[in-house]
Amino acid sequence: MTETINVSINGTTYSHEVEPRLLLIHYLREVVGLTGPHIGCETSLCGACTVELNGKAIKSCSIFAIQCDGAKILTIEGMAADGKLHKIQEAFWNEHGLQCGFCTPGMIMTTKQILDRNRNPTDQEIRHGLDGNLCRCTGYQHIVNAVRAAARAAGA
Amino acid sequence: MIPQQFEYSAPKTLDEALGLLAEGAKPLAGGMSLIPMMKLRLASPEHLVDLGRIKDLNYIREEGGAIHIGATATHQDVLSSPLLRGKCPLLAETAAHIGDVQVRNMGTIGGSVAHADPSADYPAALQALEAKIVLKGAKSERTVSAEDFFVDTFTTALEPGEIVREVIVPIDGDGTGTNYQKVLQPASGFAIVGVAVRVRKQGEKVTLARIGVTGLSNRAFRAKEAEKALEGRSGSPAEIQAVAALVGQGIDANSDLHASAEYRLHLTAVYAAKALATALGRIA
Ligand SMILES: Cc1cc2nc3c(=O)[nH]c(=O)nc-3n(C[C@H](O)[C@H](O)[C@H](O)COP(=O)(O)OP(=O)(O)OC[C@H]3O[C@@H](n4cnc5c(N)ncnc54)[C@H](O)[C@@H]3O)c2cc1C
Ligand code: FES
Ligand code: FES
Repeated sequence: MTETINVSINGTTYSHEVEPRLLLIHYLREVVGLTGPHIGCETSLCGACTVELNGKAIKSCSIFAIQCDGAKILTIEGMAADGKLHKIQEAFWNEHGLQCGFCTPGMIMTTKQILDRNRNPTDQEIRHGLDGNLCRCTGYQHIVNAVRAAARAAGA
Repeated sequence: MIPQQFEYSAPKTLDEALGLLAEGAKPLAGGMSLIPMMKLRLASPEHLVDLGRIKDLNYIREEGGAIHIGATATHQDVLSSPLLRGKCPLLAETAAHIGDVQVRNMGTIGGSVAHADPSADYPAALQALEAKIVLKGAKSERTVSAEDFFVDTFTTALEPGEIVREVIVPIDGDGTGTNYQKVLQPASGFAIVGVAVRVRKQGEKVTLARIGVTGLSNRAFRAKEAEKALEGRSGSPAEIQAVAALVGQGIDANSDLHASAEYRLHLTAVYAAKALATALGRIA
């Protein structure tokens, strides 16, 4: 039993037949071929699978693709434009906000949400905002620095 | 982790949804509790009815001197609502403690209360607010108090085929102070203990005290002995300590990997004192 969904992902519209039980992360990675969003825990705890759904950061391992019919999705692949990294990506690069990079796509999508809602967050607000994203490498300090730098770069 | 197969419907109207639910389908709201359970195959519903496309379920509005919150209002909607922040700050403050940004963007108040996790945050605030919960079925609608709604662990007053339609919270005038304090379990983010306090004073006297507790036992509850002990007093530091000590009294406390019963009871008294002092300090 499948149903048709239409979704806009990083500005391109896709139409696919999906089983209702197909999770969005599996849809993005296996059907659409966008492997930027990662599967860390698959239990809604690590945030590596974070993407933006209609402007809101969500964990794509905890929503069915079929719930996104008609929606606009932004993944890490959609952040850079015209061959130029997004300011948040640049900030992670400059501030060494990653080591292995596994958590980074999720960290960057969540950072976008934090800064969309609060242009000039305090360190405490940044840490509270990143609560749902785990990193096994960095110890978080450089990630917090990167978010702060991204806020500065955006002119806060 | 792939859930079992199911049929999916996404009706646009409440009536359509209630019709499907009457036939035994299960509601899907934010999915933040249900989908993890389906992935672990702790839940395997045959038919899911997504409430997310019913516009008439997503609102936060003032009506008849109270605030009505539609079932699919997300935790993010609640914490950022100017209406709630201004006129029922306890609920907005509590929502900010739930999970993380991504969970708050998806999870809903209706889903949280219907799920009735004994460690969920809203139930403490809803007890302290003496909130009302409106339950709707295909042919019925009834209103129950938060006190009667939360029955036991994962058990509520909902009957088969009924949904939580809205939650109604009061608007408190001047002279009222509130606070929610939570000790969180760092891995899951859920409350080991959470205490919500709502106090009102006239002159030097506390005229109303409401204390809601979550995480301590099988269900969120109101600490009525402690409430009574505070009413009529001034709320001095010594009284706060004495009242806080009563909050967990007589409760059969949960004990698990994260906190023994004895430790939970200790935390309850400590955090009840903090919530009482903060709420009293906030009285304008
Ligand atoms: C990582 C993580 C951390 C979390 N941390 C916290 C926390 O700290 N504190 C906290 O309180 N919660 C926490 N939660 C749970 C979260 O708040 C959920 O949003 C909430 O428990 C369920 O709401 P939902 O809208 O997602 O419901 P769903 O998961 O869609 O549904 C939950 C249950 O309620 C039923 N249901 C849904 N809506 C209705 C309705 N209107 N009427 C009747 N039945 C309905 C469903 O059939 C299902 O049985 C966390 C969740 C995750 C994934
Ligand atoms: S893979 Fe989705 S939260 Fe970890
Ligand atoms: S950089 Fe390795 S998990 Fe974060």
